[in-house]
Amino acid sequence: MSDTVTLTIDGQEITVPAGTTLLEAAAQLGIEVPVICYHDATTSNGLCRVCVVDVNNGRLLQAACVTTCANGSTVETRNDRVERSRRTILEMLNSAVDLQHAPAIQTLMNDYDADPARFPNAERREHALLDDNPFYVRDYSQCVLCWRCVQVCADDAQYTFALTFGGRGFDTHIATAFDIPMPESPCVFCGQCVGVCPTGALKPKIQWGMEQGMTPEQIRQSTRRRKHRVEYED
Amino acid sequence: MDSLSIAEILVPYQGRQRDALLPVLWDMQTAFGHIGPDAVRQISHTLHVPEADIYGVMSFYSLFSSEPTAKTVIRICTDPVCGLAGADEAIHNFCRRLNIHHDEITPDGKYAVSHTTCLGLCDHAPAALISQRGQSETAIAPLTPETDFSELLTLSPYQSIVRGDILLKGVDGGNVESLADYGNYRALHHAITILGPDGVIGEVEKSGLIGRGGAAFPTATKWKMTRQATGQPKYVVCNADESEPGTFKDRVLMEARPHLILEGVALCAFAIGATKAYLFVRGEYPESAWRLQRAIDEATHAGLLGANILGSEFSLDIEIRRGGGAYICGEETALFEAIEGNRGFPRIKPPYPTTHGLFQKPTVVNNVETLSTIPGIVEHGGDWFRQWGTEKSTGPKLVSVSGHVQRPGVYEINPGITLRQLLEGFCGGVIGDLQMVLMGGAAGTFLTPDQLDVRLTFEDLRAIRSTFGSGAIMVFNETADIRDILRRLGRFFKHESCGKCFPCQLGTQRQMEILERADTPLVGDRERLRDIGLTMTESSLCGLGQTAASAVLSALEKWPDLFAVKGQPV
Repeated sequence: MSDTVTLTIDGQEITVPAGTTLLEAAAQLGIEVPVICYHDATTSNGLCRVCVVDVNNGRLLQAACVTTCANGSTVETRNDRVERSRRTILEMLNSAVDLQHAPAIQTLMNDYDADPARFPNAERREHALLDDNPFYVRDYSQCVLCWRCVQVCADDAQYTFALTFGGRGFDTHIATAFDIPMPESPCVFCGQCVGVCPTGALKPKIQWGMEQGMTPEQIRQSTRRRKHRVEYED
Repeated sequence: MDSLSIAEILVPYQGRQRDALLPVLWDMQTAFGHIGPDAVRQISHTLHVPEADIYGVMSFYSLFSSEPTAKTVIRICTDPVCGLAGADEAIHNFCRRLNIHHDEITPDGKYAVSHTTCLGLCDHAPAALISQRGQSETAIAPLTPETDFSELLTLSPYQSIVRGDILLKGVDGGNVESLADYGNYRALHHAITILGPDGVIGEVEKSGLIGRGGAAFPTATKWKMTRQATGQPKYVVCNADESEPGTFKDRVLMEARPHLILEGVALCAFAIGATKAYLFVRGEYPESAWRLQRAIDEATHAGLLGANILGSEFSLDIEIRRGGGAYICGEETALFEAIEGNRGFPRIKPPYPTTHGLFQKPTVVNNVETLSTIPGIVEHGGDWFRQWGTEKSTGPKLVSVSGHVQRPGVYEINPGITLRQLLEGFCGGVIGDLQMVLMGGAAGTFLTPDQLDVRLTFEDLRAIRSTFGSGAIMVFNETADIRDILRRLGRFFKHESCGKCFPCQLGTQRQMEILERADTPLVGDRERLRDIGLTMTESSLCGLGQTAASAVLSALEKWPDLFAVKGQPV
């Protein structure tokens, strides 16, 4: 088996090491394939499918983040089929999730001419804000289910295993065991989940407080209370 | 008290790992009616699985509950065929008599009434699954609104109409074939003493057998690739997670001919070099699991399974796993995840199961019916199998027919006969005027009366852009409301989407919402359905999402004015 593969992406020929993903190969050609769930530091699971591309005009489109380059293949990163999928996924996502703190996704909505009002009377995934610890708040109404937080909490980084998924399908949500408050879970407040969140679903409490218009003193009160220290230093 | 019992339940699981999670959860669910924090904590200690993961797993499967439930939970199927037969009325009447709402528990804690997806009793619609605390589940059918609670479990057992001479040989009604009736695994004896592994694969190849689960992949190719794969150990997995609405052929096979399936599994294991096999039986088929277990015990006792089978070097341990209630686990990689103790999320392919399957080892995963054809092929040779069917659709094929026909049931057909011959001959004709046929299950396509002369083969159906799928054929007369059928299909896929990839997770919900308002559609609903459907079909991660819109898309094509809004151009 050869160590390199040669393929054509959007009319340009490129030779890459075997095992290179379509996303990486396109990037080498300066072609930016859009992504939502993909992150350099987490395992790619091909969830959002916004990175789908057309390989050899196949029946199915392929997720560029997890599909490796095949020798002799012809790839189109943007055609009518690809655009329909990307646009529809964005429209459906926007109809379910609060994306106001997800500027990258907003930009994609514009790029793909996605209609924010495409799905009238659609059920939204609404969750009450969870403010149960001094470090960060969780607003799962803004969660797109990219899995990054669950992955960094588990074996992509921290091996803490505080997070999981509750429910399934449209009703899937990020959860702790039996939805217990974070301080009662194994969470060590490493903050990695907050760092990889692509929307406003996970936010440092200080940032959130500032957005709420809280004064520095109010923020201090809410994050540095002695009560918390006693509880969490235990 | 509870705590002691939890500990007692966990005794046999000491030293086990995550792959024992579904069996443990089943034991807890059956004993207590739910799985609470205490149980999860102790399971976590025993199996060394994080508590959050256990919670995540149990919340994925419909038959596990984290909240206390009623002593008896009655789940009534509301999929298309049961819907036509009055499932909604049955739920309504039960709730009214118990003075509770859907999903509520009676004040005395005795009963709750809920709905479920297909129970594979479409020929006895409407069907229900009864869960009683401390006992295994029982499936009953047919239900009537008059059925009394005290009679629920004493309903005479359902007996499917079956007709067939090869796979269904000797099957008449409710009898289970004993080992003595079946015979001493002659094909396995022939394979071990004469053919050898390559000889077995050679006969399967010669037979032209293609998989009966829905994907229609050549069986011998799968076996060869797995046999040649370098990883060790290798596994055989029998996919008995039959959950496609309208499909019940595998249930009939498991209940009536368990030894035929076991011998097929053993032949596959012998051919690929596996010593461990799993039968993954859906949680809603308690009777199948029980009968298969009894057959395994019988065969092991007779030296036909277990160590050194028939005095040879070949050993095989077959273990039954019960699913937790999730259609997605019929997808082969989601099924592996379930056996490994995870949420049933399908994996990205490649790599394929032939090299990275169960526990990331080379694995053959075959459907129940596929494996049931193997003993005949091995004993009589691949050419014997080709006397039925066509060049490309070889061998007898089982179909499950339900809905508006005189004799709904499981029929063994000679591929090449037409749909008309099946319905008018085997099934005794359509009741009323035929309106449409849903071919291939919920993930199938609609056919209209002008298409009745299509030959029932993989290739002929593909040529008219339909599918054999799992062999489900649901027949609807003029009284059926296409919108109602689509609504039920929409709810089914919304309920069963695993939620992993965005197109299916969001698309099944949006599709359902539009189908729910089908009687008074909004301007643009047709285009919305089309965009959602094509996006799910082309961009979803697995076969569930890729087919979740196929019936809807075929309906849009056949009946273009279905979602027309008055005064608006179609």
